[in-house]
Amino acid sequence: MRVTFTANGKPVEADDVWEGESLLYVLRERVGLPGSKNACEQGECGSCTVYLDGVPVCACLVAAGQVQDREVLTVEGLAGENGELGLVQQAFVDAGAVQCGFCTPGLLVQTDALLERDPQPGDNDIREALSGNLCRCTGYEKIMDAVRLASVRKCAARGTGQGAGQGTGQGAGQGTGRNTGPGAGKGGAE
Amino acid sequence: MTARTIQGEKNLQKINQAAKDGIGGSPLRPDGNLKVRGEFAYSSDLWHEDMLWGTALRSPHPRANILSVDITEALKVPGVYAVLTHEDIPGAKYYGLEIADQPALAIDRIRYHGEAIALVAADHPETARRAMKRIKVEYEVLTPIVTEEQCLHPETYGYVHEPHEYKSHAHGNICHEQRLVSGLGVTDEVRAMADVIVSGDYEVGMQDQAFLGPESGLAVPAEDGGVDLYIATQWLHVDRQQMAPVLGLPEEKVRLTLAGVGGAFGGREDLSMQIHACLLALHTGKPVKIVYSRDESFFGHVHRHPARMHYEHGATRDGKLVFSDCRIVLDGGAYASASPAVVGNAASLGNGPYVIPNVRMHALALYSNNPSCGAMRGFGAVQAAFGYESQMDKLAAELGMDPVELRQLNAVKQGDLMPTGQEIDAPAPVADLLQRAKDMPLPPPLDTEHPDLRQLPGALSNTSHGEGIVRGVGYSVGIKNVGFSEGFDDYSTARVRLEVIGGEPVAMVHTAMAEVGQGGVTVHAQIARTELGVEQVTIHPANTQVGSAGSTSASRQTYMTGGAVKLAAEAVRRELIDKGRRRYGWTHDDLTLAGGKVVSAAAGPLVSMVDLLGDEAIERTREHRHRPTRPFDKETGQGFGHVQYTFCANRAVVDVDVELGLVKVVELTAVQDVGKALNPLSVVGQIQGGCTQALGLAVMEEIVVRDGKVRNASFTDYLIPTILDTPPIPVEILELPDPNAPYGLRGVGEAPTVSATPSIVAAIRNATGLALNRIPVRPEHLTTEQPG
Repeated sequence: MRVTFTANGKPVEADDVWEGESLLYVLRERVGLPGSKNACEQGECGSCTVYLDGVPVCACLVAAGQVQDREVLTVEGLAGENGELGLVQQAFVDAGAVQCGFCTPGLLVQTDALLERDPQPGDNDIREALSGNLCRCTGYEKIMDAVRLASVRKCAARGTGQGAGQGTGQGAGQGTGRNTGPGAGKGGAE
Repeated sequence: MTARTIQGEKNLQKINQAAKDGIGGSPLRPDGNLKVRGEFAYSSDLWHEDMLWGTALRSPHPRANILSVDITEALKVPGVYAVLTHEDIPGAKYYGLEIADQPALAIDRIRYHGEAIALVAADHPETARRAMKRIKVEYEVLTPIVTEEQCLHPETYGYVHEPHEYKSHAHGNICHEQRLVSGLGVTDEVRAMADVIVSGDYEVGMQDQAFLGPESGLAVPAEDGGVDLYIATQWLHVDRQQMAPVLGLPEEKVRLTLAGVGGAFGGREDLSMQIHACLLALHTGKPVKIVYSRDESFFGHVHRHPARMHYEHGATRDGKLVFSDCRIVLDGGAYASASPAVVGNAASLGNGPYVIPNVRMHALALYSNNPSCGAMRGFGAVQAAFGYESQMDKLAAELGMDPVELRQLNAVKQGDLMPTGQEIDAPAPVADLLQRAKDMPLPPPLDTEHPDLRQLPGALSNTSHGEGIVRGVGYSVGIKNVGFSEGFDDYSTARVRLEVIGGEPVAMVHTAMAEVGQGGVTVHAQIARTELGVEQVTIHPANTQVGSAGSTSASRQTYMTGGAVKLAAEAVRRELIDKGRRRYGWTHDDLTLAGGKVVSAAAGPLVSMVDLLGDEAIERTREHRHRPTRPFDKETGQGFGHVQYTFCANRAVVDVDVELGLVKVVELTAVQDVGKALNPLSVVGQIQGGCTQALGLAVMEEIVVRDGKVRNASFTDYLIPTILDTPPIPVEILELPDPNAPYGLRGVGEAPTVSATPSIVAAIRNATGLALNRIPVRPEHLTTEQPG
């Protein structure tokens, strides 16, 4: 079958799609967007997380035919219009949240979605929001740092205060990942 | 070669806008931008025009005779290009890391659940899978040999390999064994010297590396009859060494290039789909891509050895250890993989970082019809650490001592002897590491009045609102070796080139080091900057066109290949300075390179490197070897077997729902001596990641095997820690230089994976009073076990 949809703002068309193919397969193997990753292909690891009409989904669990005429945004679409890294992407690089990087595309999309709906998440909010995204390298501490950093930068850009957590231990040799900040009105259990 | 393959080769060439820092700084990783853009080409992302997809038919039985294989129907499926069995292998039929005992495709017999029997190449992965299902295999199913009792009595239960087929150094179903005796050994007289004796039987389940990037690669047949393989692996050259004989090709016609690697943790030390993809590519004359599903990945690589251990420790009334008596039985599964070296580690490190005057140890790995086991982060030291650290807590309880004080009282320090007789000739701050872990501030107590469910055991499952929850604290320390041991000729190669590009001096570093996520590429660039005084460093793609870099394992790459980069860069620096002496007649003896110039410490900058180099490039290739080691004596275990030791101490704080048997690790503190942190950000990341895999082993992760069959080959059923399962991991690093190592550094990656698991179990014991002699600790252990 033929599937047409919008990927990262551009119309795409995939021909000869077998009905059993997932959105993930079509993105990776048919339309040249291999950024979304294939770590489990059963919705457990979150590595293939993409936006489908603005909602984060596991692309491996979406049948290709389901995206007909719909909008998909992948990790490749998170960079700015001029090619500069997006805010969440830059925070992951800066915080040392990327090791092997296989979980990173899914985490970026999931974090982007989190900060869209809550620019100042507390630590427990971050952990809950990212609990569907497995990482095997980092122990998640630098990922926590990255999300807090992205939150701070996002809030600073919007002029809305301090964001999630302060003193997030970016510095070399620290990295305890403790949220010592007040979490800006959320995450009171900290 | 088309777009994405070329992109794979250029991954590292494009990423040369790295930060300016040398060693000791934390410049951002050079592949970070590509990775967050989704543009880094992992081995599963590769694509080639006209490529086929390969897949393997695997056995549903752990032990069987193959009576027949009929591929006729599979070949009829439209879109299928080849179906291969062992009969199609042009060269050697067997391969292996240490012992060539594994058939590339099963020959007449099945020895483990998931063993590959036949290969299919087709134009769509689903076509390949459907064709695979049409291959008819007739089995004579046999009772699998799976327990220690069965393995050790082959005359009754049978042989995993026929007796005449064994290529191992031992005999029967024993793959490898190592004994060790030090001091007086363990005799009645020695026992009598102890006031207190504690003993225990401990068991460790089978852990999986669970790297996220599935085994995958692209094999492209070449016009010279050879093959180019783009592959995610830990050691390009040892892959080639095993592949070439099977493919019937000389090594130079088997060219490997590292593709993006999605984690490794030991699981990529053995071959997985390398030979299979190349066989299909050479047979069809077309590029062939193989990507494992997660299910196949669980069958496609070796795991951490499950272990059964018996420990007995004797001590004086005041807590000084008198003796240790230990037997460690590791289940190696169907094929040898790295079992012999794992046994060597278990035997030599299995008494922990303690001074014990009298030791008897027997470690062995068995052949069985369970899944093959081999390398996983911690490599033989992990299992033993659970045993000896459990014993330390038991002994402390028996003596009424503080468990940390007992450990400190017996801790090794520089100048002490290991049970192997090897002197620890570098700093060994074991007591200090423990003290620092103990002195770290404790997390606040659980708010049982208004808890956030997400912080509780059971979390959002709404299993508790704070009732029935008990907190516990536990400590542990562990020891790991760095580098390849027991006389192995362990070396790394680096090629460094210095030239002027675009009006700037630029260093190029070329090694075959497998970057698996650890950040070796970052460190190589840092070393080149420090040694050559340049800002711009390019990292050449890792391939077999340069000498071996050895394996990205045993916490060795920064030490070994980093050391090779240092040597090669120093040679380039010497040549450049000599060139200046020849040209300018300098007589200074204090010349170095800094800020793009040749600099005299006394006289200041002399000339820019741009002027001195002109159009010339200076290139040097160097091999780096660590100091030689020796094999352990087979009977006594004595010998200078290890290159370097590394230590980590942990404190775990847990909350246990004692009614439901659920555990939440609240905090996991790590204190580690790293000698010199070449990149502190990466060092801390390694320690935190290592601790988290240890957490997984403590309370979650096990490949469940029943009668030789794997029951949970998925991330639905094999659980690794999520971000909700993982606590804050405060890390303190010490930098006590090792005089034998480049820059004084110590390998970092494994020590926390060795040490952290026992601290978590100790904390759960502290909360519950249960014995907990098996890991992972499961809910039923906490709700049905009697207090121990």
